[in-house]
Amino acid sequence: MAERWVGRRLRRKEDRRLLTGAGTYVADLRLPGLLHAAVVRSEVAHGLVTHLDVAAAREADGVVAVLTAADLEGRVGRFPEGARTEISPALVEKVPLEVPSCPMPVLATDRVHWVGQPLAVVVAADRYRAEDGLELVEVDYEPLPAVLDPETALDPAAPVLHPELGGNLAARFAFSTGDVDAALAAAPFRLRQRFAMGRQAANAMETRGVVASWDPGREELTVWGTNARPHLLRAYLAAMLALPAERVRFIAPDMGGSFGTGVYSEDVLVPFLAMHLRRPVRWLEDRRENLTTTRHARDQVHDLEAGYDADGRILALRDRFLVDSGAYNPYAITVSYNAAAHLRGQYRIDAYAFEGRNVLTNKAPVAPVRGAGRPEAVFAMDGMVDLIAAERGLDAVEVRRRNLIPPEAMPYPMGMPYRDGVDVVYDQADFPGQLASALELFGYDTQRARQAAWRAEGRRMGIGVSSYVEGSGYGPHEGAVVRVDPTGHVLVVTGAKPHGQGLETTLAQVCADQLGVHPDQVTVRAGDTALIAYGIGTFASRSAVTAGTAVGLAAQAVRDKILNLAAGLLEVDPADLELADGRVSARGAPGTGVTLAEVAAACAPGPRSRLPEGAEPGLEAQRYFVPPTVTFASGTHVVAVEVDEDTGFVRLLRYVTVDDCGQMLNPTVVEGQVHGGVAHGIGNGLLEEVVYDDGGQLLTGSYMDYLVPTTAEVPPIQVGHQTFLSDRNPFGIKGVGEGGAVSPPAAIASAVADALAPLQVDLSELPLHPERLFRRIQEAKARQRGSGGLKPGPPVERGST
Amino acid sequence: MARREIELRVNGRSLRGSAEPRTTLADFLRDELGLTGTHLGCEHGVCGACTILLDGRSVRSCLLFALQAQGSELRTVEGLADPDGPLHPIQEAFSEHHGLQCGFCTPGFLMSVCELLADDPDPGEQEIRAYLSGNLCRCTGYQNIVAAVQAAAGKLREAGAGGPGGSRVAPRGTGGPGG
Ligand code: FES
Ligand code: FES
Repeated sequence: MAERWVGRRLRRKEDRRLLTGAGTYVADLRLPGLLHAAVVRSEVAHGLVTHLDVAAAREADGVVAVLTAADLEGRVGRFPEGARTEISPALVEKVPLEVPSCPMPVLATDRVHWVGQPLAVVVAADRYRAEDGLELVEVDYEPLPAVLDPETALDPAAPVLHPELGGNLAARFAFSTGDVDAALAAAPFRLRQRFAMGRQAANAMETRGVVASWDPGREELTVWGTNARPHLLRAYLAAMLALPAERVRFIAPDMGGSFGTGVYSEDVLVPFLAMHLRRPVRWLEDRRENLTTTRHARDQVHDLEAGYDADGRILALRDRFLVDSGAYNPYAITVSYNAAAHLRGQYRIDAYAFEGRNVLTNKAPVAPVRGAGRPEAVFAMDGMVDLIAAERGLDAVEVRRRNLIPPEAMPYPMGMPYRDGVDVVYDQADFPGQLASALELFGYDTQRARQAAWRAEGRRMGIGVSSYVEGSGYGPHEGAVVRVDPTGHVLVVTGAKPHGQGLETTLAQVCADQLGVHPDQVTVRAGDTALIAYGIGTFASRSAVTAGTAVGLAAQAVRDKILNLAAGLLEVDPADLELADGRVSARGAPGTGVTLAEVAAACAPGPRSRLPEGAEPGLEAQRYFVPPTVTFASGTHVVAVEVDEDTGFVRLLRYVTVDDCGQMLNPTVVEGQVHGGVAHGIGNGLLEEVVYDDGGQLLTGSYMDYLVPTTAEVPPIQVGHQTFLSDRNPFGIKGVGEGGAVSPPAAIASAVADALAPLQVDLSELPLHPERLFRRIQEAKARQRGSGGLKPGPPVERGST
Repeated sequence: MARREIELRVNGRSLRGSAEPRTTLADFLRDELGLTGTHLGCEHGVCGACTILLDGRSVRSCLLFALQAQGSELRTVEGLADPDGPLHPIQEAFSEHHGLQCGFCTPGFLMSVCELLADDPDPGEQEIRAYLSGNLCRCTGYQNIVAAVQAAAGKLREAGAGGPGGSRVAPRGTGGPGG
């Protein structure tokens, strides 16, 4: 029997090169004659550009060119609005949507909309000189009033960012399932509460970068960049630079994380410069630029209203929410609809209505980032559950349990479509079982005892729980080519592009199982549009699900071809053959038969071919997996915290997760994804916030101001698993890349609420960095002193019974 | 701007190059010497990705000028293992314990860990965490890095117990003259 590799804790194939400094990230590429670009960016949040003078910069030592929007006129198009124009027609049929067109320019023309918006680009012999050139570009602005708050931005009196839109609404949609008005009216109790999560930056450790080279003879463009969606980028470049797609090659080399998607001005600008100057050009983002403008996310405000019964069972839920999209809305409803689709998570709430709006403000445009709308929604939902428990005097964990969808109800229809237009029906899962196993792993009773003991000493310890589901493995497709080369080595190509997830290893494991080879005998290539015709990329926890399945299917096809051919060569029935150790041999007779290399040779075209008449030469197959819809992965997080009342500092004492991602390809890799996601979520919950002042100036442009979690803040995370195979792909895989980041803000907020329960602190706004939490504690204390007793603090509105 | 000659030793080899006075040590290593294993995550001294050893102590190569390294002995990630040989025990432990994902922060961590284990062959978890709190990683959540460091310390102690003392953690080339 061939060894089974899927499910094993195989060490990663990519490790050696990354550990020895032999990886190749964009900044490591060297091309002869390389020029270096630096970008002139708006210094005001909103204004008219009255004067843009690049003459002095053009004369500077080492500067080769300086380009402004005028130089792009007629040569570089605006960004296509793929996310807007390609909204699933099936979704549009079910959910009324309004998404006005508002395409982004590559370089701002007469008007700027956020601090950091690209205005001009300087190209020079090296980066130092390019940055010298920046200093010499003169820009004068006539400032316009900036709007930074999404609610204010919707006020008819607010300054309008894009006059052609007539307002700042960038998208709106609404939907309801069940009779929400009636259920709310009939509910014995009602609560309303606002929950807000601040703006956050994806903050991959590698900043973005682009290198482009134009071959004027062949009229071919090659672009290397930090982007996990190579084919999308190629499509954008072809459209914006008016080139045939197959004469644009986009290659994403090693990537230092990503944690979100996005096509940015430099992605187009640098290739255009390479064409225009007929020299290779490179642009490397610095961290300030990254924090200013790359992959901002979150920034949502949810106004929830819930109706519930005396036991804390939620009978109806309404959510009206705003997503602060920043100055443009390139992702249309991606994040906002995700928030709506995931709000109820694991809870059974059959009467549910939502209205989501994306709003334009003078901040950097937001992008989908790890979790993409889910952390905000889950924080609001679990926050509501906590309030309901507090109102009813019930245990918050018990209220969660009472509201979970029971396993016998699975697969559960949620009464609304997913973003792909297909109705949401949860995969097989056991949510109460997941909660129970998370509590057990956490040592819930022991921790509660510890909490009681600490409380007696005056220490504020709290325990928080949060759960989520994640629609993972978003389509519409992903493909793979599997090919056995003449030496018997296997090549796998896919359109998904790993940026740290270990896909070279996990996809090799999938392929190795089908072909009976060791994963070391499989090379995985990804991130190059020249290698496969179609590709979608890595985001939405989709690569294991979609690329993993495509690789499995393509490898199965190759396996069939091998067995049939070998059966002919050996003159036996294919059913009597097995594949193991790189050979095809008769069952029970390992070491006999033919090697993969021999079978590959028999597949080569030409007179020596042993292929049956009419068969395609080559031992290879290409398969595209088109998932019917997303798979629903899930997880439950339990955290214990200690809050220092005098400083507002939250220390994480213990963190436990139990996830269900279906078939794990490599548990070590899965756990690594969970660890990283949780750390990211801890940042969201406690530290990370992009802050603008009232005039729209960014205050968090360095790592001194934008705080990323370190070894000091992230505790050990204990990870447990449940495995319910998905029935939406043949291998039962569900995604796991983002899930870890979804629940930490909610779980931590819940734990802080528990720690500070007697004070009734308002925890409706995240992150809970020490300054904010300190203020909230002070406010709660002042309220208590004022009212002379323990009256609830948060501004909740109560309905009558 | 006039370029100045720089002579220094990197990973046991004597090297010469030239740089403008304002060129950072990191850019010099990457662009002039072609040692691109040292990464730049922030260029303002916080993320630790650019950490290398200068005369045995960890430094942030984005915060030094190349000229400041004149005559120094540098160690970078490229110097930890022979290109064709086995990994250094610290690298080995990072791989075994899945202490890296995208690998971008990894060279900085490895070099910090070299210094840590040279100073303290048997650090506790809290010590490791405190020591590495100046290196940012967005992918791993750190715990596998901490586990890798503990494992590496064990491997190095074992190797050191039998062998000649002094260079347990020392990367390739520190041993003798000529390098
Ligand atoms: S690049 Fe030097 S510390 Fe970040
Ligand atoms: S492994 Fe990606 S930043 Fe550390």
